[in-house]
Amino acid sequence: MGRTLAEKVWDDHVVRRAEGEPDLLYIDLHLLHEVTSPQAFDGLRKGGRAVRRTDLTIATEDHNTPTLDIDKPIADPVSRVQLETLRKNCADFGVRLHPLGDDEQGVVHVVGPQLGLTQPGMTVVCGDSHTSTHGAFGALAFGIGTSQVEHVLATQTLTMAPFRTMAVNVTGELPEDVTAKDLILAIIARIGTGGGQGYVIEYRGEAIEKLSMEARMTICNMSIEAGARAGMIAPDDTTFAYLQGRDHAPTGAEWDEAVAYWRTLRTDDDAVFDHQVVIDATQLAPFVTWGTNPGQGAPLSASVPDPASYADAGDRQSAERALEYMGLRAGQPLREVAVDTVFVGSCTNGRIEDLRSVAEVIKGRKVAEGVRMLVVPGSVRVALQAVSEGLDKVFTEAGAEWRHAGCSMCLGMNPDQLAPGERSASTSNRNFEGRQGKGGRTHLVSPQVAAATAVTGRLSSPADLADDRTPVEV
Amino acid sequence: MEAFTTHTGRAVPLRRGNVDTDQIIPAHWLKKVTRDGFEDGLFEAWRKDPEFVLNQPERQGSTVLIAGPDFGTGSSREHAVWALQNYGFKAVISSRFADIFRGNSLKNGLLTVVLPQDAVEALWQLTEADPAEEVTVDLVGRTVRAGSLEAEFTLDENARWRLLEGLDDISLTLRHEDAIASFESGRPSFKPRTQAA
Ligand code: SF4
Repeated sequence: MGRTLAEKVWDDHVVRRAEGEPDLLYIDLHLLHEVTSPQAFDGLRKGGRAVRRTDLTIATEDHNTPTLDIDKPIADPVSRVQLETLRKNCADFGVRLHPLGDDEQGVVHVVGPQLGLTQPGMTVVCGDSHTSTHGAFGALAFGIGTSQVEHVLATQTLTMAPFRTMAVNVTGELPEDVTAKDLILAIIARIGTGGGQGYVIEYRGEAIEKLSMEARMTICNMSIEAGARAGMIAPDDTTFAYLQGRDHAPTGAEWDEAVAYWRTLRTDDDAVFDHQVVIDATQLAPFVTWGTNPGQGAPLSASVPDPASYADAGDRQSAERALEYMGLRAGQPLREVAVDTVFVGSCTNGRIEDLRSVAEVIKGRKVAEGVRMLVVPGSVRVALQAVSEGLDKVFTEAGAEWRHAGCSMCLGMNPDQLAPGERSASTSNRNFEGRQGKGGRTHLVSPQVAAATAVTGRLSSPADLADDRTPVEV
Repeated sequence: MEAFTTHTGRAVPLRRGNVDTDQIIPAHWLKKVTRDGFEDGLFEAWRKDPEFVLNQPERQGSTVLIAGPDFGTGSSREHAVWALQNYGFKAVISSRFADIFRGNSLKNGLLTVVLPQDAVEALWQLTEADPAEEVTVDLVGRTVRAGSLEAEFTLDENARWRLLEGLDDISLTLRHEDAIASFESGRPSFKPRTQAA
């Protein structure tokens, strides 16, 4: 019988297989950041161990870093200690680090791909659940816990329990105003936040094949919000074109050898998935969340659902709680929901293509009065590219704040936070209670919806905007 | 990881069930960057009460915790195990542990012993009556002994062997270093490196 893409990559990394024991898998790339690594390094020190493969390990600072005044000492002492600890650990153990202020610094899941370190057929791990992002290249990429971080540092391997396979087939083409973010929000609403539990999801079908690498990363990034262990997309010419010429991509004869291998990384025609889901792309529309988990979403044209309409008692209760926390009432049209803050950024939508699409919508328009809009590039490289294209000017002229790279308002761990009761339209991935700051209310949206929402002050798509731009020179 | 064969020490009778990991170590302690120094956070809320058993002078230096059923429920934080170990506990006895907590404890060398509730009750009475009473947790013989009391326990063979040998997951994996090295030697050269080898 044929094998799926995930099974092929897994099989190619088995170091040891023994009856009654989980497989020992080799890890090709280990990404580190300041929050989940300190105790792992501490463990190495206590055990008198070294990092086995510093040449397969890389660290960056992102979660705690401020996005303003980055040349000044970090105000929060706890954040400062976490960053200083990472710096010391990387120096002591010989790990390559891109600290705050470095040209390659940024959100860990933006940095790996842009350096060309994430490649098809690899195993990639990081002490962070959104490691699933790297699956966009046809890599098997998992988030891991601190003990596992230590295990990988010491052995470059991980024992892993077996997984099940799920295919999400997206048939037809996405309508022009529908983005990858709308698609993944619709997928999660469909299969539920626990629907992917135990599975590695492979996204397939015509709509997926047409997506750019940035869009594929947005999709795979949010696999974890469906509870999946990982998400993957088979590598193809789009993948190879993205990789070619990047810092760590192979060159010359090695490039040809690599591409020949990468082309084998497709699910065989006779392979069988444990579970299949079909989504009709042509039926999709811009999609936003109304609740407090990423599965609580609806088309922008819909209204806030009535909790009473849920058959399942658990769903009903969680919808009731969500509406209370979000300060929404059943039947309220989503387009009437007013926001105070718009956040563009994160490892979901903080790449150059995302910033370009925001700029395209907001160019020549103004951020609505009373609305604060933050545009935070996912990495310094993204920032430099945006500046070279004049996008920063487009944002600031519209009245948005152009910030330094980092996780920023994706989570309340650095100074960028919502105040209690404040409401945001956010291009990030989690709308949990308090995720963007204590008492903050989050609506997950695509970059285009974020931009249009900033202009009107209410949840909107670009189609809702009047055609009254002032010409801007870029 | 330190090997665990047999341990004898004074005990803390904790007459509470359903002790979740938030009680063991509150969330605000999770910002620390080491596995050390969590001892002051252990049962932090309860320790504000001078009557709390851990605060009693005769319990100082105890190393065995005898707890009620469902110990270690809630969040999966490994910090709960670290806090108990940092404080000085070598073993925890209860009639039932939460799965994740139990996995974390055995991974870190903290022996969690499951005894029937009547045996736990007997240990409570014994150690409450005489705080100087010592409890022996014998992993070799799979028994707990105190005074005239002796109770047997079971532990899955793989976990027991790892504790007896003092093997953590990393040392176990490193036993297959040959396999890792041979896998590495076959790794295609086109795969990326973060720095020059
Ligand atoms: S941007 Fe958000 S989701 Fe991504 S790594 Fe940072 S905190 Fe996590």
